[in-house]
Amino acid sequence: MITGFLFRALDKKAIWVALALLAVAVLVPLSNAMLPINHPLHVPTHIMALFGKYLCYAMLALALDLVWGYCGILSLGHGAFFALGGYAMGMYLMRQIGTRGVYGHPILPDFMVFLNWKELPWFWFGFDMFWFAMLMVLFVPGLLAFVFGWFAFRSRVNGVYLSIITQAMTYALLLAFFRNEMGFGGNNGLTDFKDILGYSVQAQETRAALFAATAIGLAIAFVLCSGIVNSRYGKVLVSVRDAESRTRFIGYRVEHIKLFAFVVSAMIAGIAGALYVPQVGIINPGEFAPANSIEVVIWTAVGGRGTLIGPIIGAVAVNFGKSYFTAAFPEFWLFALGALFVATTLFLPKGIVGLFNEGWTRLRSGREADRAEETLQPGTEAAE
Amino acid sequence: MRLILFLTGLLAMIMAVTGPVRADEAELRAAIAKFAEATKFSETEAVIEEIAGLGDPAAATALNELSEGQVMVRESDGEVFVIRGKDDNVQLLDPLTLEVVGTATEDDLRKIKIKNSIRRMIADVVSGLTLRAKDPKIRMQAAETIFSRPDEDIIETLDAVIAEEQDDRVRQAFIDARAAAVLDSDMSEAEKLEAVDILETRGGRDVLPILTTVSNSDIATVAEAAKTAIASVEERLMFWAAGQNIWYGISLGSVLLLAAIGLAITFGVMGVINMAHGEMVMLGAYTTFVVQEVIRNSAPGMFDYSLAIALPLAFLVAGTAGFVLERGVIRFLYGRPLETLLATWGVSLILQQTVRTIFGPTNREVGNPSWMSGSFEVGEILITTNRLWIVVFSLVVFAILLIVLKRTRFGLQMRAVTQNRPMASSMGIATPWVDAFTFALGSGIAGIAGVALSQIDNVSPNLGQGYIIDSFMVVVFGGVGNLWGTLVGALTLGVANKFLEPYAGAVLAKIFILVFIILFIQKRPRGLFALKGRSVET
Repeated sequence: MITGFLFRALDKKAIWVALALLAVAVLVPLSNAMLPINHPLHVPTHIMALFGKYLCYAMLALALDLVWGYCGILSLGHGAFFALGGYAMGMYLMRQIGTRGVYGHPILPDFMVFLNWKELPWFWFGFDMFWFAMLMVLFVPGLLAFVFGWFAFRSRVNGVYLSIITQAMTYALLLAFFRNEMGFGGNNGLTDFKDILGYSVQAQETRAALFAATAIGLAIAFVLCSGIVNSRYGKVLVSVRDAESRTRFIGYRVEHIKLFAFVVSAMIAGIAGALYVPQVGIINPGEFAPANSIEVVIWTAVGGRGTLIGPIIGAVAVNFGKSYFTAAFPEFWLFALGALFVATTLFLPKGIVGLFNEGWTRLRSGREADRAEETLQPGTEAAE
Repeated sequence: MRLILFLTGLLAMIMAVTGPVRADEAELRAAIAKFAEATKFSETEAVIEEIAGLGDPAAATALNELSEGQVMVRESDGEVFVIRGKDDNVQLLDPLTLEVVGTATEDDLRKIKIKNSIRRMIADVVSGLTLRAKDPKIRMQAAETIFSRPDEDIIETLDAVIAEEQDDRVRQAFIDARAAAVLDSDMSEAEKLEAVDILETRGGRDVLPILTTVSNSDIATVAEAAKTAIASVEERLMFWAAGQNIWYGISLGSVLLLAAIGLAITFGVMGVINMAHGEMVMLGAYTTFVVQEVIRNSAPGMFDYSLAIALPLAFLVAGTAGFVLERGVIRFLYGRPLETLLATWGVSLILQQTVRTIFGPTNREVGNPSWMSGSFEVGEILITTNRLWIVVFSLVVFAILLIVLKRTRFGLQMRAVTQNRPMASSMGIATPWVDAFTFALGSGIAGIAGVALSQIDNVSPNLGQGYIIDSFMVVVFGGVGNLWGTLVGALTLGVANKFLEPYAGAVLAKIFILVFIILFIQKRPRGLFALKGRSVET
């Protein structure tokens, strides 16, 4: 069964994407470490770090695409899962600081000493162990998605209502994490990390390894999503997106189908957050901001929802544009982003990948291409 | 003694504001000048009595300085000064105005000697002067000052003024102050019991510390009476606190109502979630700012009318923006609500950045017209005038909107389109134009909400963002397509928020409300007042 899953997952173009990501995972760190600095193919460390960040965003967009593009659930709160995964990783990194903090307390992180806390809150226990933290990276976003989705899908909250309450969820978490009493560093979040698995997070080798891990993680997530959407379950998922009531009448438990996709998506988002935090060196409540989650939606839309490669392209492209614009024309970034939202929804409903596919189908002729497009793109009813 | 100082300060402050109300300054100066000849205590006392006889509150300053030993006579010409500093560097101050009029060395000056009995006499005279001031406001404030810092010595003076006082409210304040002073003294049990009674009737948070002190007193009956009084006062306070919370809640609810009502229309009729709604509010607020700037520069006298001028303009500005948004973007996206949501979010970013580019990222100052500033009290409830106006305003807007929807042709068409679009269309209603004008109306309402919110919030490019999530919550909670649902939703959420705040803190209260709404939507996915019929079953 697993072979079958993998076989279907790696069919068509998927295998090329996965291989390309693996190649990036190997070649970029190699070029960074081996090639001399003035070599034309040398990748400077800061560029590698930047693209490491983009790949994390790509993973988040991929997670969102699984529920939005294939299941029609527009989550405006995926940033929350990303941030929760990030916080789990951040807590592990905080515990690794040990006595090197400003106050030199062997167990308590600096901000707890500052707040005069005497002992570690119960929910911080276990985070000194890497495996436990990694488990929590999956478990906490997964649990939140499960509980939230369980209630929401069971009572058939869908469409814009679901979007709004996912936004309310991330907003509530934003407010909660801003509170010092929560025990997650309040306003400042978690930062000042030193080690990960015994290696300094600042070291170039660690950064290269983190980059490779992110690229490999993205490749795995991609293969996983590809496997899901190409399986029989994936077909039902698409039918839920296109005609929810009909699917229900045929006899499928729509809420279970949605719930599974939602939880898997949240876990992928959690992993993306966990990979993100050691690379940027901080996690704070700002990551929960509703605006961030909506931005993820636009990455996915720009790249092309309902395709798995689309969100990856979209996330990297939009964020590259953001880095460029905010440095060169800080005034215009919001204009550009806003225009991107409007233009994408009006003129590019299928995103860059859709545009590319259309061009491709025009080159090739006939029914075969039309059919391919039908299966690749969501129908117009998808949004309802 | 600090009480006297305080009273004097208070007096000086009031004098500065209200201007001179003194009977005859020359007479007073002449009386003060007599200190120069007073070499014996008895003579000094006589002078003080003479000053007291003039009944001019302005004398309080000089008398108080005298009590502090800061009044001296210049040996050379026998003039009387208040002094500051010592040794070779002494500043001479006018005894009435406390303005510096010269310098001298200590050797040139002779201090007017006083003793404790004179200090007490001065204290009585000074409080008598303030308590007998002509302006009832000053008397009232004097009584309140004594109440908050009761002093045994003052009881006699109070007895005297209570007998003389004509104004009922001021007399009551004197009686309350006397009761507080009685409880602070060693007067008889009966007197004290009566005082406890008076304080219990007065109520309020400030009687509690006095009563608490009394409840520890040695006299069992008085202590017992104080304890009962505390319980009764606290009960009343709880009642008032609840009232205050309701008021705050209504006030918050009215703000939510203003912000959400336009959204309710656009969402209700078209099923469009307009993420740029908050920016329409912001446009309204900035319109107010521009109107006020123009008025400040060209006709400052018109400032009190600025809001009245801004209201129609804000409606037009935001309404036009909404109209353009509908015609330019949203109409291509009907039937795709999620895409509409994204596109309008993009528009909101563009509008924010536009305003930021034109007006700058910082807060702009929008002034309150005079008729909107100030506050008053109803019982123990403090009501600020601007909040009151906003509550009234939001209800007026609500009523007007209700009339438009129920009594006009346009409203009829709007409701028809809401309930059954294809049928309305086949009856000859131009649904695209109804959509466009509905959207313009909703946005225009958001614009006038912006005028109101500019009075209580910072006018910055991010103004709208703060309201958008709350507005959604109100609309979704109240039920789509139903204005009454929006009203009930806004007020419920506002009041619930304010009632949770004292127990949970502002942030946690907000989180609770959000979680509550998330759970509520699970239970009733279409809100409190769900629209029944086919149209909602998409």
